[in-house]
Amino acid sequence: MPEQPPPRPRAPRRLSVVGVLGELLITVGVLVLLFIGWYVWLNDIIVGGEQTQAAVELQQQWAEQSRGERGEDAPPPPPVYEGQSPDAAPVRAEPGGVNDALATLIVPRFGADYARTIGQGIDVRDVLNSRRTGVGHYPGTQMPGELGNFAIAAHRNANGAPFGRLVDLRVGDHVYVETADGWYEYTFRGLEYVAPTQVDVIAPVPRDAGADPAERILTMTTCNPLFSTAERAVAYSVMTAWYPREGGMPAELSELGQGEA
Amino acid sequence: MYAALWRALPGPVWLRVLIVLVLLAGILWALAYVVFPWAADVLLPQDVTVEE
Repeated sequence: MPEQPPPRPRAPRRLSVVGVLGELLITVGVLVLLFIGWYVWLNDIIVGGEQTQAAVELQQQWAEQSRGERGEDAPPPPPVYEGQSPDAAPVRAEPGGVNDALATLIVPRFGADYARTIGQGIDVRDVLNSRRTGVGHYPGTQMPGELGNFAIAAHRNANGAPFGRLVDLRVGDHVYVETADGWYEYTFRGLEYVAPTQVDVIAPVPRDAGADPAERILTMTTCNPLFSTAERAVAYSVMTAWYPREGGMPAELSELGQGEA
Repeated sequence: MYAALWRALPGPVWLRVLIVLVLLAGILWALAYVVFPWAADVLLPQDVTVEE
């Protein structure tokens, strides 16, 4: 009768230093991979979704107000193809509080449902990392519709990446700024790449500090290259039309499905 | 380490699996909403504005 093999000794229950160290190192590796995945992908979905939701709620609030003023039963004004002259656009006072919502930003090139809230100030933690706003207005620069430069900044990656596709803008693309009064239509003119200290890009006449403004400029700044802060990408647009709220939404936006609940 | 943690869990295998899944979900949630935002804030460059 063949001899039975001896029973396999049970694995020792004692923790070995090398074993624990190895498992800890594997854990750290997994955490780093998870962090990278979160940073470049999941975070933008989570935070971007919250920022878009907040902007849509603000837009709906303005639409409700306007409906209340016109009377509940009044039909919504039909979409408009031709806006009015920018000279007719009202200019709101600059809000005083940090991260006070002053407008929403709608950029069809960034996606049909793209909408973000513009908050007052450019503090990283209070405004640019905010899950409610994410786009910040440079304090002291002009307001939407004002002669001069309405300058805003946002992240290109992470924290919702509101300007993640800033350099995809093409000449002629429309960038809309919405307030309770209506829609300011800006038309994209060009990109510029500058050093982070090039502050005259947000002057009333960009790159010509001290000059008297004759146009209504929108300047958007973000970091460049992607995932770096070595430079800044700057997008300039010029105001080309004004759509008062009581006159109806720009047709381009209603065709995209903007403003629907 | 993980083997010792597994043995420390009470109950039959299905209950242990359930406990592990719940723990994992909690850890992943805490990572995505608390730990990673803090780490990104501390570790990574954030500047998107022009200033002197």
